[in-house]
Amino acid sequence: MSVPDTVHSLWTVAASSTTQTIPTPHIEYGQLSPMLAVFGAAALGILAEAFLPRRNRYWAQIGIAMAGLVGAFVAVVVLAAQGYAGTKAHLAAMGAVAVDGPSLFLQGTIVLIAVVSVLGFAERHLEPRSSTGAPVDAFAPQAATVPGSDAEKSAARSGFATTEVFPLTMFAVGGMLLFPAASDLLTMFVALEVFSLPLYLLCALARRRRLLSQEAAVKYFLLGAFSSAFFLFGLALIYGYAGTVSIGGIADVVSGTATPTPALANTTANDALLLIGLAMLGVGLLFKVGAVPFHAWTPDVYQGAPTPVTGFMASATKVAAFGATLRLLYAAFPGVTWDWRPVLWGVAILTMVVGAIIAVTQTDVKRLLAYSSIAHAGFILTGVIAMNKAGVSAVLFYLGAYSFVTLGAFAVVTLVRDAGGEATHLSRWAGLGRRSPLVAATFALFLLAFAGIPLTSGFAGKFAVFQAAASSGATPLVIVGVLSSAVAAFFYIRVIVLMFFSDPRPDGPTVAVPSAFTATAIALGVLVTLGLGILPQYFLHLADQASVFVR
Amino acid sequence: MDNLIPVLVGLPLAGAAVLLLGGRRLDRFGHWLGVLASTASFGVGLVLFFDMLSRSTAQRPAFEHLFTWVPVAGFQAQVGFQLDQLSVVFVLLITGVGSLIHLYSVGYMAHDERRRRFFGYLNLFLAAMLLLVLADNYLLLYVGWEGVGLASYLLIGFWQHKPSAATAAKKAFLVNRVGDIGLSVAIMLMFSTFGTFAFGPVFGAAHTASQGTLTGIGLMLLLAACGKSAQVPLQSWLGDAMEGPTPVSALIHAATMVTAGVYLITRSSAVFNLAPTAQLATVCVGAVTLLFGAIVGCAKDDIKKALAGSTMSQIGYMVMAAGLGPIGYVFAIMHLVTHGFFKAGLFLGAGSVMHGMNDEVDMRRYGGLRKHMPLTFVTFGLGYLAIIGFPGLSGYFSKDKIIEAAFAHGGTEGWILGTAALVGAAVTAFYMTRVMLMTFFGEKRWQPDAEGHEPHPHESPSTMGIPMVVLAVGSVGAGALFAWNSSFVKWLTPVTGHDEGHSPLSSWTVSGITFAVIALGVLVAWTMYGRQPVQATPPVGSLLTRAARRDLLQDDFNHVVLVGGGQHLTRFLVYLDAKGFDGVVNGIAAAVGGTSGRMRKLQNGYVRSYALSMFGGALVLVATTLLMRAV
Repeated sequence: MSVPDTVHSLWTVAASSTTQTIPTPHIEYGQLSPMLAVFGAAALGILAEAFLPRRNRYWAQIGIAMAGLVGAFVAVVVLAAQGYAGTKAHLAAMGAVAVDGPSLFLQGTIVLIAVVSVLGFAERHLEPRSSTGAPVDAFAPQAATVPGSDAEKSAARSGFATTEVFPLTMFAVGGMLLFPAASDLLTMFVALEVFSLPLYLLCALARRRRLLSQEAAVKYFLLGAFSSAFFLFGLALIYGYAGTVSIGGIADVVSGTATPTPALANTTANDALLLIGLAMLGVGLLFKVGAVPFHAWTPDVYQGAPTPVTGFMASATKVAAFGATLRLLYAAFPGVTWDWRPVLWGVAILTMVVGAIIAVTQTDVKRLLAYSSIAHAGFILTGVIAMNKAGVSAVLFYLGAYSFVTLGAFAVVTLVRDAGGEATHLSRWAGLGRRSPLVAATFALFLLAFAGIPLTSGFAGKFAVFQAAASSGATPLVIVGVLSSAVAAFFYIRVIVLMFFSDPRPDGPTVAVPSAFTATAIALGVLVTLGLGILPQYFLHLADQASVFVR
Repeated sequence: MDNLIPVLVGLPLAGAAVLLLGGRRLDRFGHWLGVLASTASFGVGLVLFFDMLSRSTAQRPAFEHLFTWVPVAGFQAQVGFQLDQLSVVFVLLITGVGSLIHLYSVGYMAHDERRRRFFGYLNLFLAAMLLLVLADNYLLLYVGWEGVGLASYLLIGFWQHKPSAATAAKKAFLVNRVGDIGLSVAIMLMFSTFGTFAFGPVFGAAHTASQGTLTGIGLMLLLAACGKSAQVPLQSWLGDAMEGPTPVSALIHAATMVTAGVYLITRSSAVFNLAPTAQLATVCVGAVTLLFGAIVGCAKDDIKKALAGSTMSQIGYMVMAAGLGPIGYVFAIMHLVTHGFFKAGLFLGAGSVMHGMNDEVDMRRYGGLRKHMPLTFVTFGLGYLAIIGFPGLSGYFSKDKIIEAAFAHGGTEGWILGTAALVGAAVTAFYMTRVMLMTFFGEKRWQPDAEGHEPHPHESPSTMGIPMVVLAVGSVGAGALFAWNSSFVKWLTPVTGHDEGHSPLSSWTVSGITFAVIALGVLVAWTMYGRQPVQATPPVGSLLTRAARRDLLQDDFNHVVLVGGGQHLTRFLVYLDAKGFDGVVNGIAAAVGGTSGRMRKLQNGYVRSYALSMFGGALVLVATTLLMRAV
């Protein structure tokens, strides 16, 4: 048969098979309820935005978002209690979504992060009130107005608020819940886009320094799209290799236990496709976690985005992306560990070293935290590389611990303000400890947790990942990790020294008194940081129980 | 009866607690409370001694376990006591002489405002010293060891308003630390080797340890002994310790504490017997110290410092004897006890002289005191005859036996040690005769002191006189009592073992030679200080004399070698730290900072270069992944 004939026959076969029935997909709504609750809240939020009068939207949106998140968390807990994290773990929605230990653990973590983030988004006490006396939040009054234009000014005067941030956040959270649970690559890609697009928008919504904010959003969008392309390309190559996009199916082909699809006989088990595809999927994921050399967006975006969004992004995105990375490497590609492991070694070392070293000369507190998050991505990668059960549980623990420190730290950043908004230049923080000992001490606690000082969650997390890596024979990686931690400790402690041992500047920033929302967020951050630092055992045990992937 | 053993320690400890915490309301009668605690302890000691005497040899050692101090898996620190033939000798010496000196102090310290505190410290010392000799393990012994060190420090510096006393206390404390480190290292070695530090198990298992370990333990114990017993090279503190009140010098720095080193070596005989190298080091230390102390004693004009040199020398005899092994242990202890009597007596005599002479200590300002202080003269004189080894008195029995044992050691070593001991005996006779002549004979040389008070030498009160008389009796009779029927040897042999050895010279020959050299020493001293008047100002003297006046340059040596060396070492370390380590650290910091500054230029803000770096990164990732398969 000639080539056109083959194509024609494919067509005709497709056309003639209309009589075949596609079975109705069986959807386990109960098991998907965490995502459904959040997506439901997002859809409701859109409706509220469309139909509620402007003055009612703020409280309504908060109520809807919180209800969705609380519902999602309850659903996660119930599912875990029913045994879906262990013995009953299985693939739901026709094999598209894995309901297993890591999924539920990460979903629970993400939902809690979202709760704290929404509290931060709802803060309206920090910005001075608009001329109408309406309290305003950290977001642009009307996102579509040109920065500096009359339209913007009038929107600001009228006390408008972009309450769309709440449904946007809910969509992002929904995508993030799906991302680490996705059990086929296409679902994973869809989830990636579902949580990325709202984040691009959220980044652009800062009330102050809008140009910087919009620049950040555009950069994030362009580079994010670029990385998504890599992910999609890798997905296609893997399909070419395995003839399937399901995680379990890929794993079977890699291990040679599956019978290849006849139509793809030429490409199946072509290792070049596998390796290139794997590397390209890796690019997409490493971009999201902010690993070197795919980290360049991090400082610019973290700095430009509204600070509550930065906190949300820095924590929740990392959790979701690392969750998906774990699933990909542990569930789909354990058979080619020896191919990707050396590469990830290099990435981890580069990420830890570059993150820690560049952070040393940063002068902006948000950029400092951005580089710190890069270095932390490297630390987490050492746990990923361990390739054992301890590695999974260590990474899960680290993600939970790190997220709350990050949320707390960025929440504190929103409090230190001067006439231009947040005073993020480090020199402005000099002597803060003399003026506002409580805020400075809180920030110092978060910095110590970042540095991994004992009795904070950072120490327990670092210890867990390094222990897992060392037990898998990655001792050199651990040594680099410890040395990088030493370098990192320098710039964390430098900030503490700056806050407590320098004289306050006469024109220094003031510390705004937040509403109960931000106060609760910071208090939760402190509580989790100390709790996981002093009594890590319960949470470590939980992570340990939740560390088996279902395929 | 055995449960009385803790009471021995408890009585003075309670006395110390009451006296030190009781406050001023005890000032009036506190000193008598101290005397009571000490005497009661002596009484209990006597009861236990007679109880032990009534038992058969095998039944004599008594053990009393009080409680477990630190129970940690394999590390079991017990507070337990062991009263055997060796401990009981010490108990009687410590509490007996201690009680006498407590009594003496009542008179001696009568005019001191802080007398109550002084008695508190004395009681504390007794408790610590008793703990030291009664402990049934090295860790508890160490507690007592540190306790006597503390008491010694407090008592040397008792007159802390005098800078010299404060300095002397500090010096004693510091030098003793060196020895204490030896003891702690020895205990650690024992624990790591035997898994225990209790006497019984350690001695029982000693033969299983390697020669190197045993030598190490032995040498560390010797270092400890050197510190506490003022043996070369840790001898420098004893002379300065005479800054303390004279009763302290008599009790702690002559009769009891300074002999703790001899006790330690004798108690550890099971270890030393198996470590010939450590034994050799011990006899060398003893021989060198006995000559060193004797030479220093010859040159001092300060009566207490002359006696301190003598103490050092006499303990040198004991250490040497203990180093000789089974042929010497018994005589080391026997000399220790007789020395306890006569040296305490001599010090109390010196204190009595000072008491009568407005605290003058320079013997060149004494002279002819025998007419003014007849009781002191007689008791001091009996102590003098005892220490030089006049036949029939205490020192004769104990010291001659040591000299004999030194010869019996055999070989060239035996001859060298024996000769050193004989020379020491001659020099002892010389300096003690010198002290005697300068103090009690000749013309009076005393002068008004700075404020114009002419001293009026007078006999001391009876609280001071009685102890002196009792100690003089001991100085005369103790030796004969011990030698009678070899009772002392038989008493201690079950603990320390005893071996007659084979002396190349007969007992009588040794005694004869010893008597001859003693007579020579006395004669030379008489020629120099008896036949011609003593000059009120010291002559320039020979090079050796001048060196001996400076304690044979011990402080100069320590200053140049240890202090100077230490300072150079610290300067070197500071330099190394500043230039080396800080340099490396700062260099790394600068390198990190520099790298950081260069690397942040990559973050130029252009999204196109970010995309390029991502693309490059993706290429590298893909290439590396493929390459990994290829290799």
